[in-house]
Amino acid sequence: MLNFLNFYSVPLAELEVGKHLYWQIGNLKLHGQVFLTSWFVVGVLVLASLAASSNIKRIPSGLQNLMEYALEFIRDLAKSQIGEKEYRPWVPFVGTLFLFIFVSNWSGALVPFKLIKLPEGELAAPTGDINTTVALALLTSLAYFYAGFSKKGLGYFGNYVQPVAFMLPFKIIEDFTKPLSLSFRLFGNILADELVVGVLVLLVPLFIPLPVMALGLFTSAIQALIFATLAAAYIGEAIEDHHGGEEHEGH
Amino acid sequence: MNPLVAAASVLAAALAVGLAAIGPGIGQGNAAGQAVEGIARQPEAEGKIRGTLLLSFAFMEALTIYGLVIALVLLFANPFV
Repeated sequence: MLNFLNFYSVPLAELEVGKHLYWQIGNLKLHGQVFLTSWFVVGVLVLASLAASSNIKRIPSGLQNLMEYALEFIRDLAKSQIGEKEYRPWVPFVGTLFLFIFVSNWSGALVPFKLIKLPEGELAAPTGDINTTVALALLTSLAYFYAGFSKKGLGYFGNYVQPVAFMLPFKIIEDFTKPLSLSFRLFGNILADELVVGVLVLLVPLFIPLPVMALGLFTSAIQALIFATLAAAYIGEAIEDHHGGEEHEGH
Repeated sequence: MNPLVAAASVLAAALAVGLAAIGPGIGQGNAAGQAVEGIARQPEAEGKIRGTLLLSFAFMEALTIYGLVIALVLLFANPFV
């Protein structure tokens, strides 16, 4: 392992890629720091939703207003990707993905996790670990298969030969590349953000990294949006009706 | 660690990011140019165009990020060392 980036150890500017706080459970080795930050993110989300929904008013204000705005945003996202008729049951899934990724990304950038010393590894955004993003991407895969099968039954396999039968191998490959690209895109973006900020802080500790940090906040928000949009788009694609043309004539 | 493998990994990491940046660079330039043209022709559609542009930028950026992931694997989790 090459860890030449650790040559200089200012407390806030250490770069530790590939070092983890291992928890041994049975035969499994877990990356403990990812669990700690994920629990933090889940806690923040649960507390925020409890606080927003505990004292609901007819005219929303403060936190309730913000949460209603977020809900509307997610609903519109799901509606535009999945379609007016089918989107409702998928709002919670898409919303959970969006909120978890968004809060994870921003917690890595905004919460000074690195002040907390761990025996090994460091606390950072949970989405900066490939395991988290792969889990989210596989969940998305499961979700769109479930959506397709529950809507069409075995007829879902008709999707694979949809425009022409010649598309079959590409469609099968697509089922593998979808989670691959989803997970790598999110993981790479978040880790790249943290690395760039880390390297800049290492070179110039004050003020200079600020614009890059702001850019990082922006890209992490966009990445959360993209993940949720793509998940919704895949689900929409799976439940899309290909015989729509014939049906429309019947009406 | 074999020094030859280390040197090759560092070079390969540099090439992975560098080459992966070419295509998306051209693509983003193209997209931005078209978007500016669109805004110049229809200034009232600026908000919509900007939103779409940023979203497609992120998709293009993802291609470079794939190269970056390969580079990071070579540097920090190299399977050949």
